Amino acid sequence: MIRFKDVSKTYTGKEGPVKAIKDVNLTVSDGKIYGIVGYSGAGKSTLIRMINGLETPTTGSVTVNGQEISQLKGEALREARLKIGMIFQHFDLLWSRTVLENVEFPLEISKKGNKEERRKKAEELIKLVGLQGKEKAYPSELSGGQKQRVGIARALANDPKILLSDEATSALDPKTTDEVLDLLVDINRRLGLTIVVITHEMHVIRKICDHVAVLDAGTIVEDGPVLDVFKHPQQAITKRFVNQETSTGSADDTQVVVDQLLESHPNGVIVKLTFHGDQAKLPIVSEMLRQFPDTNMSIIEGNIHQTQEGSIGSLYIQLTVENDNQEQIQGALDYLKTMRVETEVINREQ
Amino acid sequence: MNNNGFASFFEFNNVDWTKMGQATWETVWMTVVSMIAVAIFGIILGLILFETQNSNSIGAKIINWVVAALVNIFRSIPFIILIVLLLPATQALVGTIMGPRAALPSLIISAAPFYARLVQIAFDDLDHGVIEAAKAMGATRWQIVTKVLIPESSPALVSGITVTTISLIGYTAMAGAIGAGGLGNLAYLDGFQASNNAVTMMATIIIVVIVFIFQFLGDAVVKKIDKR
Repeated sequence: MIRFKDVSKTYTGKEGPVKAIKDVNLTVSDGKIYGIVGYSGAGKSTLIRMINGLETPTTGSVTVNGQEISQLKGEALREARLKIGMIFQHFDLLWSRTVLENVEFPLEISKKGNKEERRKKAEELIKLVGLQGKEKAYPSELSGGQKQRVGIARALANDPKILLSDEATSALDPKTTDEVLDLLVDINRRLGLTIVVITHEMHVIRKICDHVAVLDAGTIVEDGPVLDVFKHPQQAITKRFVNQETSTGSADDTQVVVDQLLESHPNGVIVKLTFHGDQAKLPIVSEMLRQFPDTNMSIIEGNIHQTQEGSIGSLYIQLTVENDNQEQIQGALDYLKTMRVETEVINREQ
Repeated sequence: MNNNGFASFFEFNNVDWTKMGQATWETVWMTVVSMIAVAIFGIILGLILFETQNSNSIGAKIINWVVAALVNIFRSIPFIILIVLLLPATQALVGTIMGPRAALPSLIISAAPFYARLVQIAFDDLDHGVIEAAKAMGATRWQIVTKVLIPESSPALVSGITVTTISLIGYTAMAGAIGAGGLGNLAYLDGFQASNNAVTMMATIIIVVIVFIFQFLGDAVVKKIDKR
């Protein structure tokens, strides 16, 4: 368990003190994947570096597995760091060492086992991250995704309880990003490792995290289970992050289409439906059309995304009725509500 | 013996090859021994400069200031003056002020500070992320030095010692002129003062060949160890 209690960090800059972190409280439960999302400069890196003592809070405390990291020094701090692995945006491998030697490096630092045992452990980890056959290669001979796999194997060498991921996929292309994220989830499941992820990409949060905190200017402005935050983002910044991930086109495009439809179908109603969890799999819309046969529907835009807790989707539709039977529309909307689909009628401007 | 004219430089039958061989050996010996000492002292000094810079502790700041001042002073004294200044120290350390052994203190003291700066630059050029990664893994300062700083900057350290060694070869010739032995001594005494131009020419050719060999070796080692 990782606990931040009233943590603040102040740097003394040239123009007076700068508050990088302000009164952060958060708890990461064991075995979870916790995401911290924020724009660059929000303080994410400072925050994650407090977990392994690379940064110390000015006030407040950071406790990891019952040990107050922010108070540890020297040998005790180094000992604690052995149990916290970390992976980096730019991988930070030693170019002078082969893949195998890079993975052995943390074992040399912890002085665990003899040369043969270290080799064996490193070979196992290289297999775990899917790099067998590359043991003798140097980092310069690897692709970005392969380098990050070495980074992950290296971070796991001392059997840590916690893995810190500092923008680990930000330098990778989308396909490689997904492969590395799948690997992280796999490790989380298999080894029961707690993972703390910082990122500026909501995609990473949606794909692997259980819990998310949104960091803005050093303050956590919103946090909760990923699905909840995706469903009901409260703060403007959170909405921006969620939109970055859930809208397929840009928001402006949708608005143009909606405007056009409103114009050409003065009688219709434009509705935004939000589905989550198992609802996304049910034929709710076709059932609605069957029950209210006078309604016609056209789809404006829609999408569906997978998160760790289930699917989340949104659908913009336009409902029109024959014979101007407004009751049918109201009935259809009510039906959707009884199916616990969030409906939002987009009003035409009067 | 024809001592005049361009052709006199190439009358190599005037060269005493036993003496030339002996002088070449002395030059190589002075160069290699001082190179090893310069590499060791240079890395130690460079490491001190690197580790104490940007530190907040008063002690580190003082050490950094003192070492930096010494390095700058000894780098700025012309070598020929340094030899003279160090004569008493040389007498005390080596027991003589003549011969190749007597040249060592001034060679080392003039070249080590220069190399120390190159070492510091090599460490500064390292990606800071790699050092942070090692810290995050729980590495001690010493482990970071031996397992990260030195191996990761090794190509720059080797090309730095190559450059330093080549200027050392020049220094040995200068030291030779005032009695340290070697090719410089031979070129000055048997060549210039005895008006035997072929000796001067031959000594020069051998020094150029030695420089080429060291540069070639340095480049080959860098190529071999650089896996970036």
